[in-house]
Amino acid sequence: MRRSSDDRKFRLSTGAFAALVLLIVIGIGFELTRQSMLSITKFGLKFWTTSTWDPVSGDFGALPFIWGTLYSAILALLIATPIALGIAIFISELSPRVLRQPLAYLTELLAAIPSIVYGLWGIFVLVPIVRKVEIAMGAKPALGVGMLSAALILAVMVIPFSSSVAREILKNVPSTQREAAYALGATRWEAIKVAIGFGKSGIIGAVMLGFGRALGETIAVTMVIGNSPQISASLFKPQYTMAAVIANEFTEAADELYLHALIEIGLLLFIITVAVNMISRLLIWSMKRRVTAPIIAPILEEAVA
Amino acid sequence: MKLKSLLILVSIALAACQPSETKTSSAAFASTGPMTINGAGATFPYPIYSKWFDEYQKAHPDVRINYQSIGSGGGIKQLSAQTVFFGASDGPMTDAQLQAAPGAILHFPTVLGGVVPVYNVTGVTQALRFNGSVLADIYLGKITKWNDAAIVALNPGVKLPADDIAVVHRSDGSGTTYIFCDFLSKVSPDYKQKVGVSTSVNWPAGVGAKGNEGVSGLVRQTPGAIGYVELIYALQNKMSYGSVQNKAGQFVTASLDSVTAAAAGAAMPDDFRVSITNADGAAAYPIASFTWLLLYEHPKDAARGKAMVDFLKWALTDGQRFAPSLGYAPLPQPVVAKEMQALAKIQ
Repeated sequence: MRRSSDDRKFRLSTGAFAALVLLIVIGIGFELTRQSMLSITKFGLKFWTTSTWDPVSGDFGALPFIWGTLYSAILALLIATPIALGIAIFISELSPRVLRQPLAYLTELLAAIPSIVYGLWGIFVLVPIVRKVEIAMGAKPALGVGMLSAALILAVMVIPFSSSVAREILKNVPSTQREAAYALGATRWEAIKVAIGFGKSGIIGAVMLGFGRALGETIAVTMVIGNSPQISASLFKPQYTMAAVIANEFTEAADELYLHALIEIGLLLFIITVAVNMISRLLIWSMKRRVTAPIIAPILEEAVA
Repeated sequence: MKLKSLLILVSIALAACQPSETKTSSAAFASTGPMTINGAGATFPYPIYSKWFDEYQKAHPDVRINYQSIGSGGGIKQLSAQTVFFGASDGPMTDAQLQAAPGAILHFPTVLGGVVPVYNVTGVTQALRFNGSVLADIYLGKITKWNDAAIVALNPGVKLPADDIAVVHRSDGSGTTYIFCDFLSKVSPDYKQKVGVSTSVNWPAGVGAKGNEGVSGLVRQTPGAIGYVELIYALQNKMSYGSVQNKAGQFVTASLDSVTAAAAGAAMPDDFRVSITNADGAAAYPIASFTWLLLYEHPKDAARGKAMVDFLKWALTDGQRFAPSLGYAPLPQPVVAKEMQALAKIQ
């Protein structure tokens, strides 16, 4: 009798904590909307589609920031994904046993470096290198700061996240899969392909995890992207991201509408991040129906959380 | 077992009560201890303000002034919301902001600062000369080469390269940007119309870097770059910077004296909300500004109001001697005299 009542209390109290998480997320969405009402009512959908950001005349459009955020994050993903997968495959499939742990630790160590340190490294090391490349390619003016520097720094920051999740997934592919491949006369490369195919959805989830991280990165990006709100496909042009403009302008924004516009950018970022997370969730759920689910799903669930 | 855990619980509860008891007693003590006054605002005057508050408390142990350097915008916001007792700003409050506040707010200039152009031009070692219209056209993206006729005309005898100009501005909202744009808007109608004056503006050209250190770092690294930083920052980092032509036609290199001269040349209105960029006077440096402390004319708490008035009287007289060593230009005497009169209004 007593045992079951303890169980109930325990379930209720932990359930309350879980509900708290939900409440916090809803609360954030609510507050962001409430505090950006001025800008939402004044600009409406135009806020999403226009590209003037003029605090002097009070005319705000977020398109260049949305563009810069998505463009930098996608570029970072394109650079980071092959490297992260290469690291994961090498560590889990090919590396000598003694190297396995140290390599895994080192990649995870990259995740522990504060982003301001990445930013400083970006300004003093990466930007001058990018500038040399720009000069060599005849880009004008050769600034060094811009989209390419931002994407490169984001890629380095994203790699440890994607690669450690991908590594865990490959590690948890049942050895029977590889053994079966070998038994059919597969080469090592073919056996690895089988393992990757087995964990494919999980690996996509790992990549999306990195994407979510790249979207929200602030300080390191602010320091190297050039902070100029323009929509350009050029890798060398300075651009801007949503997180960067908030970090830059929030403290000095005294005007109500200006403040509300900045908070609405926060709301947009929140919406986009939630959407990206939902897509990666959907990928994991779609995978649950398959045979692989019992092995891979828990890893991803844990990583995404 | 049960009793033991109960005992542990009780002792934890007692331990938890302990600090709260001491807290109440210390709060009771605080009423007889030092009076605490909280303020918030601009980052630019933070070094001199913290020096002043520190020195003032040494002489007056009964008054403790706390200052959060959260930015001018934040200072105005918190003062209007009455969450702080005084505010501080690098730009005067607008009429709209003053009207929105729950009571009349007075401005008190405390010290002066200047903004200087810094650059990195290949092969040029001597200080370059600028004027307002050239700087405005560079920042509008109209002048794009270092050997543009307008720059060459100002710098006879200097061999300027045909390099592209890389324009660098502040990306974070800043009083420095406010002062710089204020000057350029006065001398260039085009700049006033396209860019305007604010702590953050819609820049037609260039890249944004965070803080004085970000701007100077990028300028130093990038051949052909031009930027603007606070005079204090340039002095402390021993950077070389260009001279700027003032209203009287003189090319003036920024220094504490030439910034103070700018303040002396300005006609001071009764509310002290004055821009002293492009000031009159042959020795005046044209990109200069006051920084202001903001107080309610009728403070809610009379005792704290009186303490702040006493503090300001000290800061504007004795306190000014700390300014030069920290890189701030002290106020000219007539301004101080006028502020002393205005302080009498607070009650």
